[in-house]
Amino acid sequence: MSRRARIVLKAAVWALCLTPLAQLAWWVWTDDLGPNPIDAVTRWLGNWTMRWLLASLSMTPLRLLFGLSWPITLRRLLGLFAFCYATLHFAVWIVVDHFFDWPTMGADIVKRPYITVGLSALVLLVPLAATSTAGMVKRLGAPTWRRLHRVVYLIGVLAILHFLWLAKVGRVAPYVYGGWLALVLGVRVWAWVRGLVLRYRRRPSATGPVPA
Amino acid sequence: MLIRRAPRFTSSEITDPKVYLDRRAFMTGVAALAVGQCAASLAEGAPSAPPAGAALPATRNPKYSIGEPPTKFESATTYNNFYEFGVDKSDPAEHAPKLLKPRPWTVEVGGHVHKPKTFDIDELLRLFPLEERVYALRCVEGWSMVLPWIGFPLGALLKRVEPTNQAKFVEFQTLLDPRQFPAQRGGWLNLASLDWPYVEGLRLDEALHPLTLLTVGMYGQVLPNQNGAPVRVVVPWKYGFKSAKSLVRIRLVGEQPKTTWEKAASHEYGFYSNVNPTVDHPRWSQATERRIGEFRRRKTLMFNGYADEVGQLYAGMDLRKLY
Repeated sequence: MSRRARIVLKAAVWALCLTPLAQLAWWVWTDDLGPNPIDAVTRWLGNWTMRWLLASLSMTPLRLLFGLSWPITLRRLLGLFAFCYATLHFAVWIVVDHFFDWPTMGADIVKRPYITVGLSALVLLVPLAATSTAGMVKRLGAPTWRRLHRVVYLIGVLAILHFLWLAKVGRVAPYVYGGWLALVLGVRVWAWVRGLVLRYRRRPSATGPVPA
Repeated sequence: MLIRRAPRFTSSEITDPKVYLDRRAFMTGVAALAVGQCAASLAEGAPSAPPAGAALPATRNPKYSIGEPPTKFESATTYNNFYEFGVDKSDPAEHAPKLLKPRPWTVEVGGHVHKPKTFDIDELLRLFPLEERVYALRCVEGWSMVLPWIGFPLGALLKRVEPTNQAKFVEFQTLLDPRQFPAQRGGWLNLASLDWPYVEGLRLDEALHPLTLLTVGMYGQVLPNQNGAPVRVVVPWKYGFKSAKSLVRIRLVGEQPKTTWEKAASHEYGFYSNVNPTVDHPRWSQATERRIGEFRRRKTLMFNGYADEVGQLYAGMDLRKLY
């Protein structure tokens, strides 16, 4: 992909990722958040956190399935936006929902599993965000960096559990996101197994010709 | 406690719904323009309040009214849990006005009674003098509203049909009609749906309590469709899902009814479901609530503030076990 095309693509994704925030700002401005605005804002931010996270996790499968390399250039961008939205989602909970009621929040974090896993997912995103730069890849070395960033799979699972455990009976959305996560992880598992099979077939053998 | 002699509100002091609605209409217009301008069509804004319904004159009963201002009509009619129309808060306002047909409507009152009768809704409206009562309503999800309901005590209707001594509980049933209720249609989109028709229940003494209101209106008018038209029950000291909507059947039974939410998740939703800040929902705390229209959370009150009126019904009961 040409440098120009890459810049256009990145700019487009930036604009896409900022649109939900712009939409939110508009609703705040026009007082159109509905009767329970705090809940509406929290859920809007939470839903978009989940979508950017799953979008980021979908980039590698595009390479594995179709051999495309440009999705990889978007992986970090989408992941960082997921982190940004997750932080805002959490900030709304602290500032607007509970208004810095630390004792209640602390009790909730410990006693409510859906909050425990949600906060854990956010906390785990921090080292990933901190080591997201190319400089960091060099400092850590690619193998270590790759191993660290595989934590994003756990983060995906924690995020799904967070949503599943807070949603009332009858909600379909957590299962849809769960299905999406299963798909993007499934593609990786399939590629890994395929890699094992190929390596096995290509192993040098003591006698006879090298298999095709 | 909550039901002290509140300042007397006459019907004329309640803000005319037109005042709420004019501002709403303007904001809806602005919002509609705004949404149209959005680059990506991400979700619409909040739905708008319904136009004013038929007026329902009623006399305010100050004995059973709390002294807090009612929640805005637009909030009360656009933020609803009425899963027959979908699980989003905006689904009832979006679908109920078009789909629910409150006429013709009958309510079958029977079971262990001497004089069972099926009432036409218009008959019910004329059966007893209508009272207006300002009640608090607390949803199990952690939000609450203050609503000026119109109706009469359920006990008056039950006494009219004369329960036998076999009657121990009252079972309520909501309409079952997939034509009016999209969620009752089955299909893969409704896989996670509740077990229809919606069933609720009360112990006989709870049903006969003066606070239990057979409700036919709110805010000076008939019940809007999304609020459970044309008739519902309101039990203000219990979580909102116990106040079943769009009733077609009221039965006196000998066994404790299995309610819809008990069937859906019995470890989370019990038969009694009294508002109780000391008994948490398994997944979230019940100690505080968000009063719709307010910014800060409030402490949830035992029995939603009606402890003086209903506390004695539960004397000696372990409310942690009988949640």
